[in-house]
Order: sequence, then structure tokens, then C-alpha cells
Amino acid sequence: MIEVESLTKQFGSKRAVDNLSFTVKKGEVLGFLGPNGAGKSTTMRMITGFIPPTSGDAKVCGISIIDDPTAAKTRIGYLPESAPLYNDMTVTGFLRFCAEVRGIRGSARNEAVEKAIETCFLTGVAKQSIDTLSKGYRHRTCLAQSLLHDPDVLILDEPTDGLDPNQKHEVRQLIKRLGEKKAILFSTHILEEVEAACTRAVIVDRGRIVADGTPAQLLEQSGTGSLTDLFRRLTTRDTEAAA
Amino acid sequence: MTSATIYKRELSSYFSQPTAYAIMVIFLALSMGLTFSFGNFMRVGDASLEWTFFFWHPWIYMLLAPAVGMKLWADEQRTGTIELLGTFPLSTWSAIIGKFLAAATVWLAALLLTFPIVATVNYLGDPDNGAIFSGYIGSFLVCCTFLAITMLVSACTRDQVVCLIVSVAICVTMVLCGYDDFTRELGKAASPTIVEAVTSIGVWEHFRSLNRGLFRLQDFVWFGSFIVVCLLGTSAILSAKRA
Repeated sequence: MIEVESLTKQFGSKRAVDNLSFTVKKGEVLGFLGPNGAGKSTTMRMITGFIPPTSGDAKVCGISIIDDPTAAKTRIGYLPESAPLYNDMTVTGFLRFCAEVRGIRGSARNEAVEKAIETCFLTGVAKQSIDTLSKGYRHRTCLAQSLLHDPDVLILDEPTDGLDPNQKHEVRQLIKRLGEKKAILFSTHILEEVEAACTRAVIVDRGRIVADGTPAQLLEQSGTGSLTDLFRRLTTRDTEAAA
Repeated sequence: MTSATIYKRELSSYFSQPTAYAIMVIFLALSMGLTFSFGNFMRVGDASLEWTFFFWHPWIYMLLAPAVGMKLWADEQRTGTIELLGTFPLSTWSAIIGKFLAAATVWLAALLLTFPIVATVNYLGDPDNGAIFSGYIGSFLVCCTFLAITMLVSACTRDQVVCLIVSVAICVTMVLCGYDDFTRELGKAASPTIVEAVTSIGVWEHFRSLNRGLFRLQDFVWFGSFIVVCLLGTSAILSAKRA
């Protein structure tokens, strides 16, 4: 459902994403691993149509994000890294706005909002103003926004960032559950998450894929049975990158 | 359709926060205060609003219009919600239109609340209500022009204060450039061609003719093209920033 074809992004002299290709099929949860600055967010922003790629293409449900961005965007649910929200709205108000922008109106809108609120455990804060929410709730409100239109493709940029262990667990379960019917691409740098939620994982470093496989395959590849070892061996550390 | 959703959100954001009310109260206080003090509304004994009332509007707008428009894109970029807008299935253009119309509506409401002065002048004398009506149109167009400029500046920065300062500077320039005292002084120092060039970016020529009840096509074209160019510029800047 997500087909990334030699996607490249050049920022000035820096190549943030370098000829990246991968696919995510329906029913697959792909973990996108990599150190900070590896190009994970940039890749996701290109797939979701927020920034145009320097070259290459991404297809969502067969629709090119470059040729027909509006049609492709209707198929995608996206959680940006910083979980941005309109602080002057209430949780319900914000979700209603997002549903309307996506063309869901009337009673269908209210149903979609209610369902998303339930799925993301937001019932207790539904009427609350967003600027009074704690980080965990903010994150889940933004996650709820990405589920409103029941998209075929979910792209989540660090969905568990800033959550407490209970919330992390809940969100992972949620991703796993949703992944049965959708294609999910999510980025993280918490390695346990790969085993907990992914059906497949890729490790990217400096804009390139350096490892690709199921969690079991990656563990085997590591030789030591530890993803951390594999991650450290394959990726560049900040200190080296600077040198 | 999506423009309407954006419009609704922006407008409710103005009215759910103190912004709209503060602007209306200050605008009413200033416009009425200036009319009755420096405008000498009671002593002039002229049943028109050209010099006593409308004359002050550009001076008020040059300071207050940017305060309404400054958040439109600056805030969106600071909080990262632009990433949501950019990945929703809507065009940048429909977001620009929705936001612009919302800000213009706040000003239209403020302007309509000055109706007591129209009632007063009708009670005291026998004014040319057609000229008053076209004066209102001229006033609103000046305001929309300043809002469009603010929107353009707002797209350039994520800092509302920077946006406010720069837009006020531009608006002040546009008010001063066509102002008689200023052009007279300039005429002493510069050639007529330069004076004419400088005057042409000022708002007075177009505002004044509408104020006198003249519906000249050229004035509408001037205001209209200024606004459209600013909005197109906003769109260009926003797309350039993402690339």
C-alpha cells in the first residue's frame, strides 16, 4: 500500500534521504529505525506530501503523492513528530475540525470523532481545552486525528514519544491491532518497540537503508541476539558523523 | 468547501480568544474618539463623514490590522500545525482564502459596529448616504489590503512579533506615501516622477475617491490586485518554505 521508489531529498549540500526504496503491504507494520538525523522524519514528510522530494516518488494505494497529492492524502493518516495541535480548541472541537477538512460531515463526523476519542482513550478530556492537556494526552489527540477517516495507510512519527510506560503499551497494542487491516509505517528509536509492535523493520542511517527484515531476522543478523548491538554496529554515531 | 472549514475554525479562534473583542473595542474607541476630538465632528457642522470619521481609518488600520493578521501563518509555523494543514487533502490556496476571509470578517464586524455614527449624522443633518456607503467600502478595502500584506509577512516568519513590526512598517509607509503633507515635502526634494511613483503605492488616492462617493474601476482594480498579489505571494512563500 505504501511504495517508496528511490526517494531522495537534498537540503543544500546535505543529502538527508538518499535513494530510499521500500514497500509496506496491507497488514504490515513497518518499524522505521535510525539515529536522530537519519532522515526518518524527512522520509515521512515526503510520503505524506508535506515536502516535495528532490527525486523519486512515493505511491499510496497506487496513487502517486506527486501526481495527485490530494487523492493520495485522503488515504493517509499522519501523526507528525511534534504532535502539533491548535491550542485554542477543545479536543472534540479539534477532531471535528479535522474530520470536516477531510470531508466528513454531519452525523458521520460526530461518529468518527466519538470513535477516535474512544480508540485513543480520550473520553475523560474530550471537552477540555487542548492547552490544558498533558503531553501524553496531546500526543494521543494528534493520534486520534490521524484515525478519523479510517485511512488505509498510517504514518506515525514517533507515536510513543513522551508517553509514560502504560500509555506506551496501550499505543503499541493499538498499532498492532490497527496494523491487521492497514499498512502502518512508524518511526521510533526505542528498539523494544520493534519486537513489541512490528511485523518488519528497517534501519536507516544517513538516508540509506542499512538493514531490513522481520524482528527475528534482525536479531539473527545481530549475532548477539540484541537489536541494540546491531543498531550500534550499523549506524553512525554523532561523534563520527561530525568527524 | 475546505475553505469554509478553515474559515470557521479561524473565526471561532478569533472569538474564543480575546483578540477579536480587544480589536473591536480599541477600534471603536479610537475611531469615535478621533472623530469627536481631532475630527471636530460637532463643530464642523458638515453632514458628511469624509474628514471627520473615515479620514482616521487608514491611520488606525496601519497599526491594528497587522495585529489581527499576524498569527495567521506565523503561529501555524511556530506550533507546527502547518504540518497538519500540509498533509490534509486541501490546497494551500483554500487555506489562504479561508484565513484571509476570517480576518477580514473580524474587521467587517468592527466596522459595522460604528453604525451609531451613521445614525447620528443622519439625525443631525442630511448626509449623502451613498458617499457614506462607498466610504465604508473604501475603508474596508484599505483594511483588507493591510491584512493581505500582514498575511504575506506572516508566511515569512514563525515569530508573531517580527511579523507585527514588519507589517506595521509596510502599512505605515503605504499610509504616509500618499499623504498630502508628506508628498508636499517630498516634492521639494525630489523630481515629480519620483513623487508620483511614491504616491502611487499610497492608499490615499484610492481611498479618497471612494470616500467622496466615486466608484472608479481603477480603485477597485488597485485594491483588488494588491490583495491578490499578496495572497499569491503568500502561497508562493509557503510552498517555497516547504521545499
